[in-house]
Amino acid sequence: MNDFTYHAPTSLDDALAALRGAEGGTLIAGGQSLLPIMKLNLAAPTDVVSLAGVAGLDGISDDGDSVTVGAMCTHAQVAGSATVQGRIPALAAMADGIGDAQVRNAGTIGGSLAHNDPAADYPAACVALGATIVTDRREIASDDYFQGMFMTALEDDEIITAVRFPVPARAAYAKFANPASKYAVAGVMVADGPAGVRVAVTGASGDGVFRMAAMEDALRGSFSAEAVAGIGVSSDGMLSDTAAGAEYRAHLVAVMAKRAVEACG
Amino acid sequence: MPTVTMTVNGMERSGTVEGRTLLVDFLREHLGLTGTHVGCDTSQCGACVVHVNGSSVKSCTSLAVQADGADVTTIEGLANGADLHPMQEAFREHHGLQCGFCTPGMVMSAVDLANRNADPSEHEVREWLEGNLCRCTGYHNIVKAVQAGARAMGGGS
Repeated sequence: MNDFTYHAPTSLDDALAALRGAEGGTLIAGGQSLLPIMKLNLAAPTDVVSLAGVAGLDGISDDGDSVTVGAMCTHAQVAGSATVQGRIPALAAMADGIGDAQVRNAGTIGGSLAHNDPAADYPAACVALGATIVTDRREIASDDYFQGMFMTALEDDEIITAVRFPVPARAAYAKFANPASKYAVAGVMVADGPAGVRVAVTGASGDGVFRMAAMEDALRGSFSAEAVAGIGVSSDGMLSDTAAGAEYRAHLVAVMAKRAVEACG
Repeated sequence: MPTVTMTVNGMERSGTVEGRTLLVDFLREHLGLTGTHVGCDTSQCGACVVHVNGSSVKSCTSLAVQADGADVTTIEGLANGADLHPMQEAFREHHGLQCGFCTPGMVMSAVDLANRNADPSEHEVREWLEGNLCRCTGYHNIVKAVQAGARAMGGGS
């Protein structure tokens, strides 16, 4: 790992100033994605700006129609939150299935979303639930936020401050996990909420999260596992790697979608 | 170069590090606390697990500067003199180790679980140990040790 200058600001303004003042700066939240890629020299920032000491990025609040999760909340905090468990249990369960216990103790929702790994779990939850990504300067709908592998709508110096999840009538997440990393080989979040019936898939495509329109249409007609069971999933555009080939991934998407609908009850 | 100060096993320790110095390297190379091991160096194996502010984390995937001001506990901080910590004693009693390389991380991870769940089921232990790899034991005795250790801890560390 190349060396860098480390900054530990205590306010958003100071964090932005440190980032803008750097030649090639990057933000660090929990570091569970960033540090591994820095070890591989896939990222070599001149400056690393920590958000750990920045006030106002933590906390989980029940806003009635929605639940707002601070960007620096760890996966363990989301999984263990009585508010999330009570209002959006599918989100708590999804967070509880990320990586392993130690990754969940350090990794954050904001960091995961800023990184946008194509096999991460949160993108599927955000798109299926119709979440809003709140930053230091604006609000971004999930539909506009995810822009392909490791690509997001964030500007270079933009900082996620929170994520707002509308409370669905029902939702569930089913994941076929890579046994080593626990990243999704295929993960499907199904939600029936204010954004309508949505089926969002992660892990399967090199372009990151995507929606399955045919399944959504079928579920609008009949919200049942049988409704999605017969819908074929094309292997076009599916990832093919050592974990799974494209055809197998397409098959897994169908299976995970069916399981997620069943888990909605 | 940055200076970091943290409480390690109850004692305040300081050191001058590089920004890129990993927490595990600060513990092992700067403080000589070599009980914390580096196995895979890629967040998979869990040999490097320590507690930062009471939560288990992988110290190979943490920067020393991130732990500035934190309360850190390593495997060396568990025993009380010659008296093993209840979780260490349970690993000894139930033969929860063979070569011992993964054991420091296993024990630190297990203590974090026991602090959250005083009587974990076999399933809960196996799920919690997802991020701790052992290539000797087949996990069976580790799981027994963690359950016994958690009960012996009686809901406290």
